[in-house]
Amino acid sequence: MTPETKGFLLLSVIKMLAVFTVILVGVALLTLMERKVSAWMQNRRGPNRVGPAGLLQPAADGLKNILKEETFPAMANRGLFLLAPAISFIPALLLFAVIPFGAPLPVDFDFTLGPLGRFIHHGFMPMVVADLPIGFLFVLAISSMGVYGIALAGWSSNSKYALLGGLRASAQMVSYEVAMGLSLIPVLLMSGSVSLSAIIRDQQMGLWYVLPLFLSFFIFLIAGFAETNRLPFDMPEAESELIAGYHTEYSAMKFSFFFIAEYSNVVTVCAMVTTLFFGGWDIPFTHWDEAGGVLQTVATAAFFFAKVMFWIFFVMWIRWTLPRFRYDQLMALGWKVLMPLALAYIMVVCVAIYLIRRVFGITDPIYEGLALFGLSLVVAFLVFGLLDSGIFIKGSARQRRTLNARARRAPVT
Amino acid sequence: MTEVVFYIFAAIAVLSAALCILQRSPMVSALWLVSTMCSLAAIYVLLNAQFIAAIQVLVYAGAIMVLFLFVIMLLNLGDAGSDLRGPSTVAATLVIAGLLSVELLALTRYTPRRLANELSQWPTFTDPATVFVAGQVTQQESAARGVVGALAAPLFQVYLIPFEITSVLLLAAIVGAVVLAKRNV
Repeated sequence: MTPETKGFLLLSVIKMLAVFTVILVGVALLTLMERKVSAWMQNRRGPNRVGPAGLLQPAADGLKNILKEETFPAMANRGLFLLAPAISFIPALLLFAVIPFGAPLPVDFDFTLGPLGRFIHHGFMPMVVADLPIGFLFVLAISSMGVYGIALAGWSSNSKYALLGGLRASAQMVSYEVAMGLSLIPVLLMSGSVSLSAIIRDQQMGLWYVLPLFLSFFIFLIAGFAETNRLPFDMPEAESELIAGYHTEYSAMKFSFFFIAEYSNVVTVCAMVTTLFFGGWDIPFTHWDEAGGVLQTVATAAFFFAKVMFWIFFVMWIRWTLPRFRYDQLMALGWKVLMPLALAYIMVVCVAIYLIRRVFGITDPIYEGLALFGLSLVVAFLVFGLLDSGIFIKGSARQRRTLNARARRAPVT
Repeated sequence: MTEVVFYIFAAIAVLSAALCILQRSPMVSALWLVSTMCSLAAIYVLLNAQFIAAIQVLVYAGAIMVLFLFVIMLLNLGDAGSDLRGPSTVAATLVIAGLLSVELLALTRYTPRRLANELSQWPTFTDPATVFVAGQVTQQESAARGVVGALAAPLFQVYLIPFEITSVLLLAAIVGAVVLAKRNV
């Protein structure tokens, strides 16, 4: 092994440990944040007994979960029952590996460490665990593995509620994956690359993609809510219908594994929204952050963190604001609204980009972005005007009317 | 280094495939199939075909196998006893196993050089001498066009018409499936 490879491996291990720690600690704090935010929205105080302002509440919860009794439901498939939390936990933690969280950091070292030999690294270290060439495809692929954990948990518990939750989860996640994948194709058309660092570079030169590709952002956000099983799409665990859905039979640490997976999926979806549509670690209106340097790395990482925290807050805000969808509404929204919308939008963006780049010959990314922003305003006006007037989504009252009409037409026997 | 990684994932793939057909429970069987598909994806990455690997996990492991699980969960299939017993089944199994091992033996006689020579007789669009050298073509292509472009360029330029014909065929299959399903409703 060359000293350069060793230096690369050393940095990778450090980055892995750092990201892993930050995600796990962050997830613990997010549970507290969720409870605080919900309390704030419901005019309560939230947890405030353990530690200053309730800050040690996650530690207390963790301790409780480790000490609690592990239960096994009778007639459960023991192996799969144990495997399910792990299967949902591992993909959730893998996902963050491809997301760049700061400007490249200049790292120079050259030292010898006893029997391990010489370590060398010169130049910039990308602030991402693995800058994969397949970029967001990795996120889509690995997040699609997360559904196994939930489906298996539901099936192996040998319980009706859990089985229904698992079935709902697998149907919902497969359905919304389609819309999610299709909503990312306009991003691919704009940047010409699936690599997340290339997408961020493209947004630094032009506009953040939320402006030119607004509808993509909207569909991705909705599908992200559905993929993470958060309200208003938390069908798999709808407590008023299924007790707790797929994790009804789980207790102690196995139960909290599902929670860690859910929250780290929320973090990943928020980081993806930030990276794909809000410039990632880019600081807007300046090119200072692209110069490279320690200060730039710290500032961009802080900016990235702030953007992700905003989206996490947004997710919680939605959770405590909107009621749950009905299951058939959820499926209809996924297949009959979001998927055709995403497909039509791909066609619109294709034609628009062709016209802008080839016919009008605009190559400046900022002007191109502005032109597409004008288009996306029109599209957004059309879509939301139609959505709101009940043409795409029928309200329940409207559906009942059509059912009654059919009942009236049917011959009375 | 790459070879060590290859043998690890190849061993996992073969082992999971064997366990997939040896398990009694359909659920466990399906999960071993998922494991096979994921290790195949890892082997694709070793061949520099990262895009194919991502699609393998996304489509096969992430979507199709989930539908398999869905069906197994809905039908609540238990550990069914095997129907495959009796002399005729054993005979058929032996014949199929024999044919497959003969094929496997014949395949070992093929070297990359011989395949390249045979391929150079055919009208192809890439230089056959480089095709079978451990992912060299994919490496060059993905360096030139990016991982998605390396697949998209031949698919939408050279092989556009076969690709379109395939998509029309798939569309016909989808329409047919819907028609068949609707008749029973």
